[in-house]
Amino acid sequence: MGITIEGVSKRFGDFQALYPTDLTIATGSLVALLGPSGSGKSTLLRLIAGLETPDTGRIWLTGRDATHTRVQERNIGFVFQHYALFKHMTVRQNIAFGLEIRKLPKPEIEKRVNELLDLIQLTGYGERYPSQLSGGQRQRVALARALAVQPQVLLLDEPFGALDAKVRKELRAWLRRLHDEMHVTTVFVTHDQEEAMEVSDQIVVMNHGRIEQVGSPAEVYDHPATPFVMSFIGPVNVLSAHSQLLHPVQEGSVFLRPHDVELETNPSSEGISAKVQEVIHLGREIQAELILADGQPLWVHLSREQYAKQPIAPEQWVYVRPRSVKVFPQELRR
Amino acid sequence: MTAPRGIPWRVTWGYLLVLLVLPIVALLSRASTVGWGDFGRIATQPVALSAYEVTFVTALGTALVNGVMGTLTAWVLVRYEFAYKKILESLIDLPFALPTAVAGLSLATVYSSNGWLGSLVAPWGVRISFTRLGVAVAMLFISFPFVVRTVQPVLQELDREVEEAAWSLGAGQGQTFRRVLLPPLLPAILTGVALGFSRAVGEFGSIVIIASSIPFRDLIAAVLVIQRLEQYDYAGATVIGTVMLAISLVSLLVINLLQSWGRGDEI
Repeated sequence: MGITIEGVSKRFGDFQALYPTDLTIATGSLVALLGPSGSGKSTLLRLIAGLETPDTGRIWLTGRDATHTRVQERNIGFVFQHYALFKHMTVRQNIAFGLEIRKLPKPEIEKRVNELLDLIQLTGYGERYPSQLSGGQRQRVALARALAVQPQVLLLDEPFGALDAKVRKELRAWLRRLHDEMHVTTVFVTHDQEEAMEVSDQIVVMNHGRIEQVGSPAEVYDHPATPFVMSFIGPVNVLSAHSQLLHPVQEGSVFLRPHDVELETNPSSEGISAKVQEVIHLGREIQAELILADGQPLWVHLSREQYAKQPIAPEQWVYVRPRSVKVFPQELRR
Repeated sequence: MTAPRGIPWRVTWGYLLVLLVLPIVALLSRASTVGWGDFGRIATQPVALSAYEVTFVTALGTALVNGVMGTLTAWVLVRYEFAYKKILESLIDLPFALPTAVAGLSLATVYSSNGWLGSLVAPWGVRISFTRLGVAVAMLFISFPFVVRTVQPVLQELDREVEEAAWSLGAGQGQTFRRVLLPPLLPAILTGVALGFSRAVGEFGSIVIIASSIPFRDLIAAVLVIQRLEQYDYAGATVIGTVMLAISLVSLLVINLLQSWGRGDEI
């Protein structure tokens, strides 16, 4: 087993950062811890790393109980949001740091550092200082430094959070490729659902110090376990369902993805009437903002084809037919 | 440099001229009236040599001790939260603000043979006041804030994550300190040591109280200058003053080099 967490919890003063939590992460997988800030995702990652000690529970790394193992002996690689490079050392010295601590022979260190510089596409940058690199390059150096010691587990705390959108996208794809080549068990923290969907095999959705759902990107998107997961991952409309407008008629709220909706301009028996407020062209798709007959707002995404076949305009009455809606049992709503 | 040299430029130079340049020139011109042969003879009198040694060696030693203690204090102030931290913060600057004579008086109360601490070590035959140890205590006191104040801001800017990164790579506390924390702190520590050293070299008010100022025992150069003046030996006072001026200028040059080295790493 890669990483096993049993009943681990952590409290900072009055703040329960993590409630007792169980989680199993398979060897060689790439897992995202996804949640808003304060959801406990970073705390969980730091507990796995040994940078925090759990109040309760046990942590197993590759089959060994590591609960009381110091961070130095856990054989992990850790990558920080703000790189945390050693500013007074060159790129080469940064990458070699862990190897020197392990007292590897000089020629071997030299060889490994060269390989890693190739891997992060920074050959020829070895003698530069971190201040002479761009953000994306710095984060690659930080990754190489963490990988140099051949960790059993690679942990990344919001690794792309400080980078601009374009570089972030490149680095994500690069991390995915890298993982496919190296197969080191990797856990990364993010608050960006798109990033989690794009990069990971498994997503652990967290909120208020608890795990809400664990599943593949498709599972958490298509079969969200809780209202939180549904509204955190992907766009969603929340309608109060006493409205007999939507059936089946049930208690509580109805969750409806904006692209799971069909619009008719001809009156139909099944459709719910709504008035178009605004039509916005987003390029790839068209977003329409509607007001249902009972006054609730609803926004929908239409494909270009749908829109071309049946253009709509503000002030027009349309008929809404949901393709799929989601209603959660009462106890899941918090 | 290409900006028009207006009023600020002239005012600054006028001020520097009156305040710094003229007194130095005056000292040098007085010294030049002595003549080279006499200058060398007076400057290297055994009493003078001993006074330089007491002054500079003690100042260097105390500055180095404060290099360690000041770094430690800065560490505690930056890394720990505790009650009355603000009070401690201002207490550290006390040696800056306290009149040096008052400092000497309070130190004598504690370190004289019948003082609070002095009486504790007296049974072992250790005397602090009226010896070179007393000079050292006074110098420690007045040069203490420098390292704290130069190291603290640099330490504050050091990311905790850098330390954690070193741990995650297998480095223990000692290795992390030596290889990751100390190098970026070193220029600040050395700057603080150099500033403390200059301040200790120039100290007079507290030392004249806590030391006996007996030649070859605990007589420092600044007190020797006063003694020469009291004997109406202006030439002697001027020559020793000039030697001290030269050494001070050199140590300030070193401070400036250290500071530009400190800035060099980060662009």
